[in-house]
Amino acid sequence: MRAGQLPRWADYGLMPAINVVAAFLVSGLVVLLIGENPVEAVRILVWGALGWNEGIGFTLFYATNFIFTGLAVAVAFHAGLFNIGGEGQAYLGGLGVALACLALDRFVPWWVTLPVAVAGAAAAGALWALVPAYLQARRGSHVVITTIMFNFIAASLMVYLLVNVMAKTGSMQPETRTFEAGGRLPLLQSILPGVDFGSAPVNLSFVLALLSCVLVWVLIWRTRLGYEIRTFGASPGAAVYAGISPVRITIVTMLISGGLAGMMAINEIMGSQHRLLIEFVSGYGFVGIAVALMGRAHPVGIVLAAILFGILYQGGAELAFEMPAITRDMIVVIQGLVILFAGALEHMFRPLLLRLFGIIAAPASKPA
Amino acid sequence: MFDTLILILDSTVRLATPLLLAALAGLYSERSGVFDIGLEGKMLGAAFAAGAAAAVTGSAWAGLAAGILVAIALALVHGFACITHRGNQIVSGVAINFLAIGLTALLGQDWFRQGGRTPPLSGDGRFTNIQLPFAEALRDVPVIGGLYSELLSGHNLLVYVAFLAVPVTWWVLFRTRFGLRLRAVGENPAAVDTAGISVTWLRYRAVICTGILCGVAGTYLSVAQSAGFIKDMTAGKGFIALAALIFAKWKPVPVMFACLLFGFLDAAAIRLQGQEIPGIGEVPVQAIQALPYILTVVLLAGFIGRAVPPKAGGVAYVKERT
Repeated sequence: MRAGQLPRWADYGLMPAINVVAAFLVSGLVVLLIGENPVEAVRILVWGALGWNEGIGFTLFYATNFIFTGLAVAVAFHAGLFNIGGEGQAYLGGLGVALACLALDRFVPWWVTLPVAVAGAAAAGALWALVPAYLQARRGSHVVITTIMFNFIAASLMVYLLVNVMAKTGSMQPETRTFEAGGRLPLLQSILPGVDFGSAPVNLSFVLALLSCVLVWVLIWRTRLGYEIRTFGASPGAAVYAGISPVRITIVTMLISGGLAGMMAINEIMGSQHRLLIEFVSGYGFVGIAVALMGRAHPVGIVLAAILFGILYQGGAELAFEMPAITRDMIVVIQGLVILFAGALEHMFRPLLLRLFGIIAAPASKPA
Repeated sequence: MFDTLILILDSTVRLATPLLLAALAGLYSERSGVFDIGLEGKMLGAAFAAGAAAAVTGSAWAGLAAGILVAIALALVHGFACITHRGNQIVSGVAINFLAIGLTALLGQDWFRQGGRTPPLSGDGRFTNIQLPFAEALRDVPVIGGLYSELLSGHNLLVYVAFLAVPVTWWVLFRTRFGLRLRAVGENPAAVDTAGISVTWLRYRAVICTGILCGVAGTYLSVAQSAGFIKDMTAGKGFIALAALIFAKWKPVPVMFACLLFGFLDAAAIRLQGQEIPGIGEVPVQAIQALPYILTVVLLAGFIGRAVPPKAGGVAYVKERT
């Protein structure tokens, strides 16, 4: 352990935990401000998310979305890239899924549609990340700014497509027709015997998400490409000296990142909504940033962080139901606070912790 | 034809005003080396505070004060995270946007119980339109009447404040000691530090300037342009302002033209809704709405000039390694 460094367990476990606790304490103050009891609110929230089968099902359903968008941000992080275009990439991913499902759902069973839909989602998401990646790699424009712009371009494009091109005939709703059985993923409870999630839409995508975590872990820590990505992220200069092409790494990493973000649409469109509709991403892409930060860009951490955010989403919905004064917007506030404390203020408690560890460590290193 | 043009330009001015205020706000922060994608959130927070304060007190000025205070508070959160704790500036901006969306809706519903709206404003609760001198007398003069009485006169105070802020910002940035230092700290903070000037305090002052202008921008939305706050009323304007700021290469006067261009596109999109353009056919509104972002990407790609951000932007300043 070098000076000025925390032990690994503290860095990867304790610090994020402290940050999240701080975020929740401030959220408690907001609840107090509204004139409700924060302890009671937490009780309702946790029970609503974990206290019953359907609640757990919803929690896992939301967590699936967060795993995909979190992985997307994390992969880019490893290359030192900040992909905040997950929102737009997932939106376009929905287009890929919907095209696959609309083309195949009447002719083949779902397990034939699935690989095509996955390919469609990943390809569409990756395509939406390609232009920002190319511009960063070749023209030197910052990927953060271009991905923001592409989020808005995606929103305009999808509204246009859904209103003018893909809307089902004779309907004013900007959405496609509902997919037939061939375009619907089976629910988790219909695959796993003895599991009952009630009416929660948690589906096969959850397994797909966990599989993606394993693949990302293998990619980042067990392949040559992953090594190159991490090297480039740690020191672009050193990477160039080692013969790693910055252009190639930037573009490949962003394609993988965009593809993962696009996969989110499998869960939402093929797993739950069974039709393409506007604004189905509704912030999941942005929350992926918080998930990746809290999970320290490691798949295990991301799964844990995604489940935490799933709990927030599902518990927050229950909370809005039980305490009408606290609307669903409370979830957005808590997310904002978690992003603030676990992300932007992640080092705030570090000096304090260092001092604490210093006090504890000092007598041990210098026995009297 | 001339009258139509004047009408479109008139709404261009109205639509460009919040963009202009927010883009100039971002200019101070980004020129000092603190990237700010939280313009949207600060505007939204200010719009809510202004709408709420004006509704409760019945005074537009109280609304303006509240809007500015809230925007400064949010800007200080950004500063605390990015300057004091060297946090990631993008992450902090995202957090502020989330906080603003959540808190305005949550508190709005709790305080006023109108589905996230603030009560409608009237009379002194709003900034009303100002008639410039002789506007009535000149109304019937051809061309000049249209330009002066319709286009220049008859806007509310904050519109004039926004356009006045352009030369003021230029003067502050390029003709004052504070401006020189502010630009220097965005390019090479170590040099500024060596000269014995506090990087931290300079950057804090820059983000406070950002807060003030974002506060005016938000107040314009809820107290001047509309008569009250509506949930999520900024609707991406903070990001268009950011695009305008980049499009204008972080310079005050070009920022004004970029905002006018983007405002014009917005005005034209409203005007062209469902209309055929001879030779082209019906232009989808979404295409015009996406145009500011597309133009900015094209600019960033280096096809129309080159947009080079402040060199130290996005990087926290480390005075000493411990």
